[in-house]
Amino acid sequence: MIPLIQREVCENKKWMKEQDILEIVAIAESTPGPIAINAATFVGSRTGGSVGAALATLGVVLPSFLIISLISLVLTEFQSVRAVQYAFMGIRAAVLALILKALWMMFKASKKNGFSYFIMAAVLVLTAFVKADAVFVIIGCGLFGLLWPLLIRKGHSDDTA
Amino acid sequence: MILLELFLTFMKIGAFTFGGGYSMIAMIQYEAEQHSWLSQPELVDFVALSESTPGPLAVNMATFVGMKTGGLLGAVIATLGVVLPSFVIILIIAKCYQRFKSSKAVDSVMSGLKPAVVGMIGAAFLSVGRTVFFPSGLQADRFAQASFWVFLGIFAVSAVLVFKKVNPIKIIVLSAAVGIGAGYSLDL
Repeated sequence: MIPLIQREVCENKKWMKEQDILEIVAIAESTPGPIAINAATFVGSRTGGSVGAALATLGVVLPSFLIISLISLVLTEFQSVRAVQYAFMGIRAAVLALILKALWMMFKASKKNGFSYFIMAAVLVLTAFVKADAVFVIIGCGLFGLLWPLLIRKGHSDDTA
Repeated sequence: MILLELFLTFMKIGAFTFGGGYSMIAMIQYEAEQHSWLSQPELVDFVALSESTPGPLAVNMATFVGMKTGGLLGAVIATLGVVLPSFVIILIIAKCYQRFKSSKAVDSVMSGLKPAVVGMIGAAFLSVGRTVFFPSGLQADRFAQASFWVFLGIFAVSAVLVFKKVNPIKIIVLSAAVGIGAGYSLDL
């Protein structure tokens, strides 16, 4: 989606400069919520204020919303058809492969150190096996990330003292 | 009441998912189980449909779950809920972008959240894997059933194609065709 945003926003409409795209991506990725929504709100707000943000967000949501609503209606009609059930059985196995790819991409993009591996393992165990509420897991990891440098620095200054 | 529940739940999901749609699967699954909105196979089907339609996965999922549990109004409410936190947060950040960008605290929080996303997607992988390969629990005789090997084959081929950067929609269509073919010929 990012290359598409870049072409529309920077080249066609000239709302923002090329280098701003990197900022958009950085912000969209370090704030919660869907990246496309974050990017749309950000571009909208920069070029058209709050109203621009609202309209840009609405614009990016509307096609999805309409398409999915339509599919939902059709899906309930055909859910009992045997061929459809078989098709979804096959599709589920393919979705697993898509998730594996997402897992690999995110793993590649994250830091490779003990701190990182520890959080990955802890979150996996907490969500998959302990069935902890993901909200608390996320808050915990954010806090842990925030406090960890302080803890290290404190330990370090204790050493030198 | 279902509408309020949908709104609050999807607002929670919108406010606490980082790193794109796939990290959301674990969270939606948790909520869907709590509220008994969806079965695990239904959730996986929605992921597949969301992936084969344009638009952000999170929005597609919210619309699907909303539609399934609360009709058209439910779909509107759930979609609104998942979008609202992003919208408000970005509006605030757009105003004080420079401070946000150079903030050490934001960097530190992200250093904890990025690996957390990996763990979340890992959890989604395990639970979807269970749905695909062991739909009626872990049983030893599952390995003797033809369907297990069919799904394993579809998964393996899909994985190779995905990593070769074949368009996901093509992979989904192909796996649907194999599913139908195997389903009828093996009478699954």
